[in-house]
Parts: sequence; structure tokens; C-alpha cells
Amino acid sequence: MSDDIILEINDVSRRYSDEESTVDALNHVSLSVKKGEFVSIIGASGCGKTTLLRLIAGLDTPQEGELLLNGERITGPDPSRGYVFQQSGLFQWLTVEQNIASGLKARHVFKENKARIPEYISMIGLEGFEKSYPHQISGGMAQRVAIARALINNPKLLLLDEPMGALDSFTRADLQDKLLELRKENDATMILVTHDVDEAIYLSDRIVIMTPRPGKISEIMEVKFPHPRHRGGAEFLEARRNILEKFHMAAANPEPEYTI
Amino acid sequence: MSDAGNKINKTTQKFGLIIIFTMLGFGLAIVANIIFPQVAEDVSLEKYAVLGLNLNINDAYRIVLAGIISIYGLLGVYAYVKPERRDQYIKQAKFRFVMGLALALWDLLGTKLEVLPQPFFPGPAGIIRAFLMESDFIWQNTLYSLRLFTAGFLAGVVFGIGTGILIGWFPKVYYWVAPILNITGIIPAVAWMPFALTLFPTPFSAAVFLMVICVWFPVASLTASGVQSTPKAQFEVARTLGGNELYLLFHVAVPHAMPQIFTGINTASAFAFTTLVMAEMMGQPGGLGYYINASKVWSAYYKVFAAIIVMAILFSLITRIVKLIESRALRWQRGLLKNE
Ligand SMILES: Nc1ncnc2c1ncn2[C@@H]1O[C@H](COP(=O)(O)OP(=O)(O)OP(=O)(O)O)[C@@H](O)[C@H]1O
Ligand SMILES: [Mg+2]
Repeated sequence: MSDDIILEINDVSRRYSDEESTVDALNHVSLSVKKGEFVSIIGASGCGKTTLLRLIAGLDTPQEGELLLNGERITGPDPSRGYVFQQSGLFQWLTVEQNIASGLKARHVFKENKARIPEYISMIGLEGFEKSYPHQISGGMAQRVAIARALINNPKLLLLDEPMGALDSFTRADLQDKLLELRKENDATMILVTHDVDEAIYLSDRIVIMTPRPGKISEIMEVKFPHPRHRGGAEFLEARRNILEKFHMAAANPEPEYTI
Repeated sequence: MSDAGNKINKTTQKFGLIIIFTMLGFGLAIVANIIFPQVAEDVSLEKYAVLGLNLNINDAYRIVLAGIISIYGLLGVYAYVKPERRDQYIKQAKFRFVMGLALALWDLLGTKLEVLPQPFFPGPAGIIRAFLMESDFIWQNTLYSLRLFTAGFLAGVVFGIGTGILIGWFPKVYYWVAPILNITGIIPAVAWMPFALTLFPTPFSAAVFLMVICVWFPVASLTASGVQSTPKAQFEVARTLGGNELYLLFHVAVPHAMPQIFTGINTASAFAFTTLVMAEMMGQPGGLGYYINASKVWSAYYKVFAAIIVMAILFSLITRIVKLIESRALRWQRGLLKNE
């Protein structure tokens, strides 16, 4: 089984410090993710979710521990690890279409993939907005463009930092199904940060619950029942009850502050 | 139906009056020029042959006024067809009317009565004499200025953006070049004139060099600061998408710097006009600055004014072209900024 592991996070710590104080954004965090797995991370604001994704993306390096991708240490970003940022981070000077194409241009594979762009535009429901600039579309639309921009690179590992927070529930449900579809098609692995427990249950094979100060993993829950999952189904409600319980326990019994 | 029709008729009428009002001031200037007797005696009404016509300065002056009237008339009609331009036209009407009256007054004081000190303040018709006498020569000098400006300005912009990118991107270049830029930047470019004239083979190339220096500074420093102020997050996005250093520079930092680059170019164009005229006055074989200098020697102040008018037209045209290019290049900013 162990050669199925695509990502291995071994005892990783990341501190941010300045003259006055030190923040333990991540404190001895370990996690393994299997190929093709869908993992959600939930937890209170400031518990280190973004910090963890940045380490996996290779945008940041830990002070302790190591991150291995297919057994090799992560040293920097790579287009095979797509990242949808918490703030959409669209390029203001490019149109919707050009933003989606920017990954293709960056990798010098624009010409041969040009024809795929309309497919991604319609996937996120932005037909008619191809030529709009980011400031002319809504926050939710911008977030969808950011998702399409990451997906068009066909990443083997997709990191999503609350990508659907700004979306209405219909678009959100659409995109959730789209993610599951893409995962099947591309055999992609996905790690999603979300505040929405239902979303986590609907999508995930495992749900990681994190707690802040210091940021660490308090619980990992498996969600075993098969797709498609019905949000009103008994198994779904059971899972939700379970997770909320654990979530509240984690929040009610924070680790003492003095642990290193 | 008829109510709406009435309303349209009323706006038509009202706007028609505005157009007439706009043209009226210049019309009065023509009338004043025709009916007011030539009191001052030393004004020459000699006829010049221009474009197959024999004109004295008053004829030419009236033709120019008639030209202005027809331009404003056409603009009025255009504004009538394009309602979004109407407000602007209406707003300008008062000013244009008073402009016409001011011309009439200037004509009386400068040409008809010559109560303004002569030869320093000729009337408008007197200034037109320069164009009647030597329009070819003025045109040649205008072309010289235009050539000099284009060569110096374009080279300066290209050079400025190039060094600006290097300064903004490579900390080493910043360390070594930024102080030089800051010191040379505050020295007015024409101060280098004596060196430029001895070091460069032709006066033209010497002047181009001065223009390049004066354009280089604002463009380079604003390009550098635009590149440096690119948010880190934007680079991170580009890196996760697979962008290499070159991509980060030319597809993230430079586009991000574009608004500031244009601020630099706008500032530079103002500097460049000054440098151009000064350089031409200090030792060029042509150009509007040269023309001013040559005319001053003969106390032909009407020619100085003529050159100033040509400069005003030329420079405002250039400024417009720059603005046009800017609004094309910064299309993505439209609607993003406060004043648009
Ligand atoms: N660049 C940084 N410099 C200093 N402190 C930082 C930095 N980035 C994150 N932190 C701190 O690390 C902790 C974890 O931050 P992180 O952004 O990972 O939280 P998060 O779980 O993503 O929160 P949210 O749900 O609000 O996005 C926070 O206390 C934050 O203040
Ligand atoms: Mg976050």
C-alpha cells in the first residue's frame, strides 16, 4: 500500500517570528495522502491551513520536518501541483480568458492547448465573460476563474484554499461535482481547505481537523460511504454529527498553551 | 407622441442656440476687424501670395477666424449627433465665446490702435504675418523639431524602460545604478549641452543625447518602482502555474508596472518639450527653438509668437497621442480608477 502514497508530510513545523513574538503556525504536523485521494482540512481561522498548503505547494519551507512528493523532497513550486489561492489572485491586466490561459503560456504549451479554453470557460459557467477583466466580474466569478486556471494545467495534485467560499450554493454544488469528475478523469489527488462541513463530507475520503495555537492536526476522520453522496441521507447526517462532535471537542479542549 | 416630439424639438432648438453662441464670439471678432478703421499708421497691409491668393494680414486673420468658426460649428453638429459629447460642448460654449471677444479686443489694441508696446506685442493679425511671409521655413523648422523630438523621446523611453526593468528586478543593478540615476536625474539635461556638442559628431545627435537623458530619468525610476512594487502573491501565483523567472518578469512584473511606466512617460514628455526647445535655442541648425532665437535677433517678435503657437499645437498633439497609447495599453484599468 505504501507505494500508493503520493504525499508524505513528516513531523513538519513552521514558525513565524518577528522581534516581538513567535507564532507556531504548524507544530509537528504529520500526514500521508494516497494517490487519487480527496482530503479536506477544516479548522478554526488561524490554525495553519494555508501555511500547510503553502508548504505542499513549495512556496514556503518548514523549519523542521520534511515534505515528500513521490518520495522526493519538495523544493519549490511546480505546475503539477496546482494551487487555488484563498484570494483569487487573478492577473488584473489579463481578461478572464487570458487568465485561464496563463498557465499554458507559462509552460509554453499554449498553442496546442488553446482549443481547451472554451471547455473550461463553460465548465465554470462564464460564457460571455471571456473578454472581461477581473475587476468587471464578481468575487465568486473571479474565484471560479482561478479554479479553471489551476485545472487547465491538469495538476496531479490540486491544492484548494477555500475556493468556494464566495460562491452561491448552486454554483458550489456544480463545482463540487466537477471536482469529483476531474479527480476520476485525471486520477488527480486533491487537498481542500474549507469551512463547510457538508462540503467536506460530500467530497472527501478523509477529513483532517486542525486546531490553532499551536497549529496542529487534532483528528483525522474517514468518510467511507460511496459516491454519489446524498446530502440528506442517513449516512451523511451520521458523518456530519460525528464530525461536529469532534470539532467541538477539539475547540473545547485546546492544547495547553505551553506545549512546544 | 406629440409631447415627446415637442421635447425633442426644444432640445434641438436649445442646442442650436448653444452652437450659434459658441461661434458668435469669433464672428464678432471678424466684424470688429472689418468695421474698425486702421488707426495706427505703421502697420503694413502689404499683400502676400499664398496658395494662389493675394492676402494681407487682415484677410488672413479673417480666414483663420472663419476656419475656427467652421470647426466649432462642425464640432457642435457632431455633439448634436453624439449626445454623450453634448455636455462637454455646452460647458465649453461660454469660454469659446469669450475667447472670440478677447481676440477682437486684442486685434483692436494690438493691430488697429497699436496701444500695446510694439514690437513686443503684435496683434493676432500681426502674428499671422509670419505664416504669410515664410510658412515654408516655419514648416521646415517644425519638422526639424518633430524629428528631434521623435528620435530623442523614443530612444529615451526604450532606454528608460530597459534600465528601469533591470534596476527594479536585480538588486545588484539597483545598488550600483540607482544612485547614478538619482544624481543625474536631478540635473537638468541641458546642463550637459557643452559636453554633448563636443562629444557628438552632429548637433542633431547631441540634442538627441540630451533628450534621451531627460526622458531616461523619470521613465527608468518609475519603471523600477513599478516592478519593485509587484505584490509577492502575484509572483507566487505565477510560480505555481509553472512560470519561470522570465515569465515572472515579463508577464507579471512588467504588466503590473505598466501604469507607473506611463506616469513616467507622461512626466518625461513634459521634460522633453523643455529640453527640446532649450537645446534648439543653444545651437541647432533648425527647429522651432532655433526659429525663435533667429527671429529675436531681428526683433521680429511676431515670429516668436508664431513659433510659440506652432509649439502649443505640436506639443498638445504629441501629448494626445501619448494619452491615446496609454489608454489603449491600460485598457484593463478602465473603470478601476476613481476619476473614470
Ligand atoms: N507570513 C506570515 N507572517 C507571520 N505570521 C503568519 C504568516 N502567515 C501566517 N501567519 C500566522 O500563522 C498562523 C496560521 O496562519 P494561516 O494563514 O495558515 O491560517 P489559516 O488556517 O489559513 O486561517 P484562515 O482560515 O483564516 O485562512 C496565523 O496565526 C497567522 O497569523
Ligand atoms: Mg487561510
